[in-house]
Amino acid sequence: MKLDLLRRLNLERAARRAAILVTAVEGGEQRLVREDEAAGDPLSDELLARLRSGRSGLVETEAGAQFLTVQVPPPRLILIGAVHISQGLAPMAAAVGLDVTVIDPRTAFATPERFPDVPLIALWPDEALAGLPPLDRYTAVAALTHDPKIDDPALVAALRAECFYVGALGSRKTHARRVERLTAAGLSPEAIGRIRAPIGLDIGAVSPPEIAVSVLAEVVAALRQGPRRAPA
Amino acid sequence: MLTTETDILSAAESWRGAGRGVALATVIETWGSAPRPVGSHLVVDEEGNFLGSVSGGCVEGAVITEAADVIEDGRPRVLEFGIADETAWRVGLSCGGRIRVLLERVE
Repeated sequence: MKLDLLRRLNLERAARRAAILVTAVEGGEQRLVREDEAAGDPLSDELLARLRSGRSGLVETEAGAQFLTVQVPPPRLILIGAVHISQGLAPMAAAVGLDVTVIDPRTAFATPERFPDVPLIALWPDEALAGLPPLDRYTAVAALTHDPKIDDPALVAALRAECFYVGALGSRKTHARRVERLTAAGLSPEAIGRIRAPIGLDIGAVSPPEIAVSVLAEVVAALRQGPRRAPA
Repeated sequence: MLTTETDILSAAESWRGAGRGVALATVIETWGSAPRPVGSHLVVDEEGNFLGSVSGGCVEGAVITEAADVIEDGRPRVLEFGIADETAWRVGLSCGGRIRVLLERVE
């Protein structure tokens, strides 16, 4: 491998951008495909599927077998609200390999006693997010406070950053009011349509830990099956 | 695991940047109960210092030996290991899988 290619691969990783190194098994010729180049690549279908799954592997092509070294940034889950659902969700999400952070400016909620072993930021979302690596396509955001003052700024930031998952707790009625506020804030119907609300897969969840399961399942589905299309 | 692979590729870059001869091994195919998944890396320098793994420890020795030749001649090669062979048996990792490893020089 050329040192320059290795350097570029490492730079993409440091910037939290996905990339695929394509290596000819016979001969060893190599090229780097950045995530924004994958759609225009001759191997686009294969590369896009690999970017979603994050799995490296062999592919047979007209030019012979190629090995695809897939680098995707570790997925993150940012929970807005140090609430009961988050207490169940944070450890479950960590167990499936998500890098979890909980944000809540209400210091009565955001306590280490309620969230042992979870990175916790007791600041308003705008301030808290400014201190983290920028939101990106490998980040999920779930807004769980029920309080528009806390949830809305995080949702706006998540939609603008094209996070792979944006979910918001609340009934259909609550969500209808949220849609009005976000529209007034200048977000497009397409962007707002990407919010999953009511949040979570419909598994009839009742208790906070059950709701946590339904939210986590929805996050994993978004991660592995690709972004949901905005409803028509 | 993702973080580990990053560390290995970062090490490969910095070792080579410091002028050391470096080879990179990548697991490209596995059959059966192979211990390390496809895409796992091992980086080796000319003195046999290494980081990462391509198996649970049973074929690293052979990869490191072969890496010296790759660093010397620059020719990439594919190594195949039946993990259930006699060598593996001796170190007690007879898991029954097979792996293919691509070994290349960092230029």
